[in-house]
Amino acid sequence: MARLTINGQVRTVEVDPDTPLLWVIREQVGLTGTKFGCGIAQCGACTVHVDGVATRSCVLPVGAVEESQKIVTIEGLSPDSSHPLQKAWLALDVPQCGYCQSGMIMAAAALLEQTPSPTDADISAEITNICRCGTYNRVRAAIKQAAGETQAG
Amino acid sequence: MTAHADIPRSRLSRRAFVVGSAAAVGGFSLGFHVPLGAARAQAAPAAAPEVNAWVVIRPDETVVIRIARSEMGQGTLTGLAQLVAEELGCDWSKVTTEYPSPGANLARNRVWGSYSTGGSRGIRDSHQYVREGGAAARTMLIAAAAQAWGVPPGECRAEKSVISHAPSGRTTTYGKVADAAARMPPPSAVVLKEPKDWTIIGKPLARLDTADKLNGRQVYGADLSFPGMLNAAVKACPVFGGRLVAYDAAKVRSMPGVRHVVRVDDTAVAVVADTWWQAKTALDALPITWDEGPNRALSSADIAALLKAGLDAPEAFVGNRQGDAKAALAGAARVVTADYAVPYQNHATMEPMNATALVTAERCEVWVPTQNGESSLAVAAEASGLPVQRCEIHKLHLGGGFGRRGNFQDYARQSVLIAKQMPGVPVKLLWSREEDMLHGAYHPITQARMTGGLDAQGNLVALHMRISGQSILAAVRPEGMQGGMDPVVFQGLTATNPEGHLGYAVPNLLVDHAMRNPPVPPGFWRGVNLNQNAIYVECFMDELAHAAGVDPLAFRRRLMADRPKHRAVLEAVAARIGWDTKPAEGVHRGLAHIMGFGSYVAAAAEVSVAADGTLTIHRIVAATDPGHVVNPAQVERQVEGSFVYGLSACLYGECTVKDGRMEQENFDTYEVMRMGAMPAVETIILPSGGFWGGVGEPTIAVAAPAVLNAIFAATGKRIRDLPLKHHSLA
Ligand code: FES
Ligand code: FES
Repeated sequence: MARLTINGQVRTVEVDPDTPLLWVIREQVGLTGTKFGCGIAQCGACTVHVDGVATRSCVLPVGAVEESQKIVTIEGLSPDSSHPLQKAWLALDVPQCGYCQSGMIMAAAALLEQTPSPTDADISAEITNICRCGTYNRVRAAIKQAAGETQAG
Repeated sequence: MTAHADIPRSRLSRRAFVVGSAAAVGGFSLGFHVPLGAARAQAAPAAAPEVNAWVVIRPDETVVIRIARSEMGQGTLTGLAQLVAEELGCDWSKVTTEYPSPGANLARNRVWGSYSTGGSRGIRDSHQYVREGGAAARTMLIAAAAQAWGVPPGECRAEKSVISHAPSGRTTTYGKVADAAARMPPPSAVVLKEPKDWTIIGKPLARLDTADKLNGRQVYGADLSFPGMLNAAVKACPVFGGRLVAYDAAKVRSMPGVRHVVRVDDTAVAVVADTWWQAKTALDALPITWDEGPNRALSSADIAALLKAGLDAPEAFVGNRQGDAKAALAGAARVVTADYAVPYQNHATMEPMNATALVTAERCEVWVPTQNGESSLAVAAEASGLPVQRCEIHKLHLGGGFGRRGNFQDYARQSVLIAKQMPGVPVKLLWSREEDMLHGAYHPITQARMTGGLDAQGNLVALHMRISGQSILAAVRPEGMQGGMDPVVFQGLTATNPEGHLGYAVPNLLVDHAMRNPPVPPGFWRGVNLNQNAIYVECFMDELAHAAGVDPLAFRRRLMADRPKHRAVLEAVAARIGWDTKPAEGVHRGLAHIMGFGSYVAAAAEVSVAADGTLTIHRIVAATDPGHVVNPAQVERQVEGSFVYGLSACLYGECTVKDGRMEQENFDTYEVMRMGAMPAVETIILPSGGFWGGVGEPTIAVAAPAVLNAIFAATGKRIRDLPLKHHSLA
């Protein structure tokens, strides 16, 4: 049994504490925007925020997460796709297949929280998610566009 | 039953997903719910009659365009909709799309044609009939309005979903006459618009499928959930050709959530549990005995030796012969020779293989991300043992395809074989990344021996290209073989093939293939054999140019006098990268070009190599001439993405065999390109018109050779076997 705070709601789930948070989010809580890509913290498809930190949920046992810790998934990033990153992503038509994009956006959102005006080097260092369709340059451009907007606003 | 009522409405079923998701927020229901069968029933009230197979127009003016090919990120959904909408003359802002089901296609005598989505064919194979479908619907809509007004249809015009009759000043809309149009006889012939009159084709329109990919709403196969659904994890014998002997189900049966442990077929076992994580955990604990079979000792070294022997084997299939290459080589002033080798690659789609099946005594339904719904349907029938008319496939957007999910429906087949053992229970099968890496349909392994003869002036007078290696068709589509020869091996190298012919006129030329088929399953991997062939030809052209002491661009151009389209793309990238100017200090350039999938492509790369050997790829300029361009923004994205795919393979990618199985099981060992290594990519689109070439694949092929040639310029090192990570550039 685990108590988790996901997207502002407290959830109680019957689950083995060794279960990775990813699978609790996807299978028990039913939020499938967070994706499974590798299961070994390599690809970033499963990225969520835990207390604001981009976290690869496929290797985080649910038993290690406290109720007091705030988990945010792609579904909770904004109620209506209005996060500056989501707007920039839409404006630049970033996704191709889209499968990696939840993780990309969550990693980028955490980056912008920490570093509101990231340099190219910051982006390269922090966004290490895999995209097999090859959206990297548009991801980079969208992060910069969102950063610019946030700064201007 | 009208077959048409059988078509699931993807928008509506998507709405059902969204509702399910909202419901899940309040409770602990399992993910998204697609009401079984209810999705169809639900769709019925809102369904408007189709004008024809391609077009449904609802009273609220929504235009639903049916798309037979699969969206896997390449943008075909938007591109094909543009083609239909252009001829339909509808308001683009009202366009939405749906997949007609493969079962409906079968029931309607394949009215939607092929579902195969590969070989960069989505648009180029179907542009004619989908445009005709749009034009026919427009004709019927106009006819319906004209009949209501009692005027000749020839006096009416349609634009942006509005039909007008100028003499009387009357207007109406598509939504208002769609019902009547559906009852009009289809026209016997239609005239398509001239390219100069296009207003939707050729425009960089936004994709139709972006919004749901930004907030987690897009439902992929791996995300499906049905009431009562169970989850399956599967393990097939990791050794190629091995078999399942036994497993000890008792050891895992009492583990949490486990419901069944089942034999899938001769090679695989699956655990079925309440959640996938439970299934996978139990599967990992399951004692399994394999018969590793005849390949248990196979290694990459064995495979390399097999191929190497083919490099000078006397027997080979001839793919292109001009003049007498062997005699000309014997008489050449100078002979240059080099051996190249490229390894196996895995598609490594971000979404691992998955399929959800529901099998009863009467019916088999499969929800599957597939590049070919008709292949999936055939597999469902075969695996369920039911007549194909009792099977149905529900297509989902793919989390990447790249060729893995077309011909190869092994995962769909497994899902049916598992679900069949628990009739009436929907079962979602999801592969782990490890399963995905161990059971690929690998980019085939080949080597090449390149032998070039130069005359005293440094002109290329003879070229022998011997390819040795694996045939895809021999393994997966033997009916496509031509007298034992696999024509796909010669992609980009033939004399006249409109798919892709060689860009050089070499007076004495021999391109041949010694087929050597190791017991590793090959498949169509984005770009297919064009990738290896471009590396061989374009790196070797660079070698020859240097041997002749001629600038690599000038050397190529001498051989391209009668290849204006090949030359145009090559010259375009050379001009844009500034080939004639000196690069920045420490920066070096390389070029490559090829033709494949009906398009002419070229690339120029700028790289630098630090003293410690660290490679930086600064910039890629790519050019493509695909004839007609449907959506230039989409072309740019595909080209950009193709460099990620091609350079991932060039820099890091290889699947190596040890003890009969692949050694790389996940992204820690099968490395791929990430953001930090990604160069800037500039795309030049040079549509010369008059033909329809592919876009998703051809530029992959020029990625590696352009970079490898730039690396030579930077270091003097010729990298002839990939991946690059095994070589020190210091
Ligand atoms: S699934 Fe977690 S990093 Fe890949
Ligand atoms: S958009 Fe397909 S993997 Fe990134």
